[in-house]
Amino acid sequence: MNLISYLRSKKLLLPIILGLVGLAAVIVFYILSPQVTVAVLGSTIRQSTPILLGALCGIMCERSGIVNIGIEGQMLMAAFISFMVNVWTSNLFVSVLAGMAAGAAMGLLHAFMSVTLKLDQIIGGTVLNILGLGLTGFFYTAGLTTAGKIQPLNLGFLAEIPLIGPVLFTNPPITYAAIILVFVLQFVLFRTTWGLRTRAVGEHPRAADTLGVNVFMTRYVNVILGGAIAGLAGAFLTLEAVGSFERAMTNGRGFVALAVMIFGKWNPIGAWGAALLFGFANAIQTQIQFAGVLDIPHQFIGMLPYLLTIIVLAGFVGRARPPAADGVPYEKE
Amino acid sequence: MAINNHHVLETRNITKHFPGVLANDQVNMHLNEGEILAILGENGAGKTTLLNIIYGLYNQDEGEIFINGQKTSIDNPNDAIRKGIGMVHQHFMLVQVFTVAENMILGAEVGQAGVLDMQEARQRIKDISEAYGLKVDPDAVIEELPVGVQQRVEILKALFREARILILDEPTAVLTPQEIEELFDVMRELKSKGVSIIFITHKLNEVMEIADRIMVMRRGRVVGETNPTESNQNDLANMMVGREVILRVDKQAAQPKEPVFEVKHLTIQEENKLHSVRDVSFTVRAGEILGIAGVQGNGQTELAEAVTGLRSYNAGDVFIRGQKMPQEKPRALVENGLAHIPEDRQKHGLVLPSPLTDNLILCSYYKHPFVKGLTLNDEAIEDFSEERIEKFDVRTPSPFIPASNLSGGNQQKLIVARELSRDVAILIANQPTRGLDVGSIEYIHKTLVEMRDNGVGILLISAELDEIMSLSDRIAVMYEGEIVGTLDAEDATREELGLLMAGSKKERAGKTA
Repeated sequence: MNLISYLRSKKLLLPIILGLVGLAAVIVFYILSPQVTVAVLGSTIRQSTPILLGALCGIMCERSGIVNIGIEGQMLMAAFISFMVNVWTSNLFVSVLAGMAAGAAMGLLHAFMSVTLKLDQIIGGTVLNILGLGLTGFFYTAGLTTAGKIQPLNLGFLAEIPLIGPVLFTNPPITYAAIILVFVLQFVLFRTTWGLRTRAVGEHPRAADTLGVNVFMTRYVNVILGGAIAGLAGAFLTLEAVGSFERAMTNGRGFVALAVMIFGKWNPIGAWGAALLFGFANAIQTQIQFAGVLDIPHQFIGMLPYLLTIIVLAGFVGRARPPAADGVPYEKE
Repeated sequence: MAINNHHVLETRNITKHFPGVLANDQVNMHLNEGEILAILGENGAGKTTLLNIIYGLYNQDEGEIFINGQKTSIDNPNDAIRKGIGMVHQHFMLVQVFTVAENMILGAEVGQAGVLDMQEARQRIKDISEAYGLKVDPDAVIEELPVGVQQRVEILKALFREARILILDEPTAVLTPQEIEELFDVMRELKSKGVSIIFITHKLNEVMEIADRIMVMRRGRVVGETNPTESNQNDLANMMVGREVILRVDKQAAQPKEPVFEVKHLTIQEENKLHSVRDVSFTVRAGEILGIAGVQGNGQTELAEAVTGLRSYNAGDVFIRGQKMPQEKPRALVENGLAHIPEDRQKHGLVLPSPLTDNLILCSYYKHPFVKGLTLNDEAIEDFSEERIEKFDVRTPSPFIPASNLSGGNQQKLIVARELSRDVAILIANQPTRGLDVGSIEYIHKTLVEMRDNGVGILLISAELDEIMSLSDRIAVMYEGEIVGTLDAEDATREELGLLMAGSKKERAGKTA
């Protein structure tokens, strides 16, 4: 009983129960049908990766006090740039870097608009989205081919473990990078000087300023680095998942990333859980459509992930509390 | 420079312009080691500007700053911190969701290679708080701490940065009387450890109690320097305002008439089952002021909210001019003759971002002549606003600027101007002069007495015993949600009231007023 009340006080009870239920379900399904289970879980990881990266971008921006609804545009632009660089250079590594640079450049634009010009940040984010959609749509020409896409990386003996191996340890590099980034960001935000200052700037910029913290610089750096992470999400789409570019291929993932960020209460690990949940809903949805077990129009099955987002956001998040100075431009006295 | 050697801080000819205002005009001041210097002045006298210059938040247009006799320039707060100056701002600079420790180390982090060492930080905070006798829990979250403790954290924050000069900007404005006493003890302790303190205030009794030296500012200039032994409150008030101030309120004996406001057996039970107000009854007659004294937090706020229709109550009745009032219907109360000066003028008295015009018609916008068909009658509103602004001496360049641009005193005048713009039977004034300067306090007091003489009943709730004693005709004392005694103001002594406020019921003079 003591353990339960301790876990409840730390708000860990619900995640642990959900985790155990999920684990039990996975084992049961694995015994029933190994191939399908592995396919669904593998797909969960893949589907969640771009959303997770987008959410990490959102967390960096909002923790420093800048609302960023332009993640969708950043991802799309990065997806396009990394695809084009891949077409020209056939070098996947350079292409990934180019995608991150594109995302960072969009971040720089957003920081300039919201920190220096003190523009309304919703307008600034909308600018990014329209820019991403417009520029990529205009410059994209169909029929371009690339040398190939990033291949999965087999992590040796880890990949041999049944169920876990194929799901977790035979993924392409950006997927691993996303998971590593979750823990890096969690550590940076809550255990380092930079993280303390970032959170202070997002909560009470004047207080940080009176203690000698450079509010403008902190916000610029976070928004630009966040942009690079959103760029990684874009690179994931064209270089790792699909292998080619399509118009508007981000398909709302940048906005789902914002929902995931809120569901995760602006915490990297929380956002990871939320992204996995959303990825799982997507994976199940595809699986149901393939199997054709349910005799209903596929559009309804396609709604599943979005319905889940709405239910989760409306019902289970509780009172999510954004950083106090989120979206408020800082003016020096 | 030899002359200044014993001055830890000195300013010479500091001048600072803001658009349209000369905030500091040739200000010379000095601070000796280990003394408490009070800077006294009305709102807008330039006290805060001077200290913000010393702390590097503003840069002066002219003039020089010396620290320990050395000429120095302070360009930003970082400079000031490095030079041993710490500042506690009037509005605390604390991150509400951070712990005490996180707030303390922000900007001066403890750790290696950018990784925080919270264990070490906790230890150092403990050492400092023990050295200065300031107890805090490093792991407490700021938003869960009372205001007095938050202020302590601010002081510790400065000491953590090894400040030897501490600037306190109106530290007592937000504190209860007990917390003020605790703060003064802390200040004495710091002084004995050699810390030099500058503190800003406009409360005269505090200056007399704690300061070693007093500097008075008016309209950006230093107009005098003295110390508590050579001065008294009257002299100081005159220096501050630049004219004779009547600290005693001049009033005739009250001529109470019929009862206009009756509260019978009012009881409020909070969600946690405790009673914040318990069986409170009193009557206010036309033409008298009933003062409610008491240490803050003994149910006065809840009582005021209940009788002004802002919250429900569990039992009891409220009557205005003999008519029973419904619960939680502010408009019904207002239309029956209730006026209210709320405790927190910025939160509950005004819509700060709205212009003065909108604020002045908040209770009457739906009535003739302000409404014309489906739209507002701008002309009538403007005429009305100008008349009110002039009559109540609200100092503003225009009736169309946001209320947030006014000083505290003018904001309060604006509220009074609105509340007295209709037929009023009873005025409930809750802490009507909190945080105001002497000139504005005088004005508000005069207005209250005038209204009383015009036959309005006034319920005055105040934590300032002086205010209660000088304005009231009768005084009721609240303790733990009950009225523990009602006295005639003429016979009431400080000691007697103090005993009642502290909960000693020996002097109990009857429960109903």
